[in-house]
Amino acid sequence: MSFINYASREINCKIVYYGPGLCGKTTNLQFVYQKTAPDAKGKMISLATETERTLFFDFLPLALGEIRGFKTRFHLYTVPGQVFYDASRKLILKGVDGVVFVADSQEERFDANIESLENLKVNLEEQGYELEKLPFVIQYNKQDLPNCTPIEELRELLNPEGVPEFTACAQTGDGVFETLKAVAKLILLELKKGGAGA
Amino acid sequence: MLGPQQSSFVMYDEEFQRISAVIEKLLRESNAKVIFLVDKNGQLIAGCGETDNLDTTSLASLTAGNIAATGGLAKLIGEKEFSILFHEGEKDNIHISIVAQRVILVVIFDHRSSLGLVRLRVKKASDELAAIFEDLSEKAAEMEKTGNVDSPFAEITDDDIDNLFS
Repeated sequence: MSFINYASREINCKIVYYGPGLCGKTTNLQFVYQKTAPDAKGKMISLATETERTLFFDFLPLALGEIRGFKTRFHLYTVPGQVFYDASRKLILKGVDGVVFVADSQEERFDANIESLENLKVNLEEQGYELEKLPFVIQYNKQDLPNCTPIEELRELLNPEGVPEFTACAQTGDGVFETLKAVAKLILLELKKGGAGA
Repeated sequence: MLGPQQSSFVMYDEEFQRISAVIEKLLRESNAKVIFLVDKNGQLIAGCGETDNLDTTSLASLTAGNIAATGGLAKLIGEKEFSILFHEGEKDNIHISIVAQRVILVVIFDHRSSLGLVRLRVKKASDELAAIFEDLSEKAAEMEKTGNVDSPFAEITDDDIDNLFS
């Protein structure tokens, strides 16, 4: 749920990166953090285990600039991808404005992607959301690896609705900003729709 | 803030001034260092006191994460929520409480105050804040009903959005 503050003339939105364990959600945020001008970003917080697996969430606040005199801020969160952290994932989805599903394109993670996407739908429904009605984009990550499932196959199973999709290699940053821009744009369009009384 | 059906949580100038007045009074009366009000999704609503050297955005997000995790624990043992959390440090302490089941009130204090004083003052301020948030949600419901949702985003164009990323 976006937060429109007339007193400070700010608008805050929450974007959640979802996906199976080790698919590259944190790497996406790290790349955004590295490539963003210091005045446009806050501190990146990672609540991770000693082995650098996300334990609760990563958090990165971004200030994009002004629209119609309102400062536009996006709060980027990742969820812990490992299956057994489901209780934590549910908490992070609270108040979400847009979702990025990061798929791991490697063949051996094909089933993990499907399981994670199903889990996303279930967890959203528990909070009263429907994925189909939320700003939602998909990123096919790890395209640089040799053992990728063909895009057509990934698309057929993960993106039957035809939401915006991007191929990516989060390690080098390919596709990272394209993905972020797409979801941010969908969120702002949603706000516009809401404002028009739709 | 009233549930996922509502698309945004709106703060108006009038209520913001009232909220600021309440937390500034609380800051004085409880001898605290810093006071924050955060919504349950981690957005900072208001703050006062020695905030200059604090990363308020991170603080808001971690507080909300903390409350969310504790709320999850509460549900597991059959409680609705834990309405007060207290973290004790060597110098500074944090008192976190949930106001009207909606927003999170964070009070940071040191030896110049005490847990008892903070608890006492927080209780009174919570009632005042709850009333303001009640007014705010009535206002939002009214706006929604009359269709008078004065969103600054109704008029934005694709160009406005594209310009953000240029």
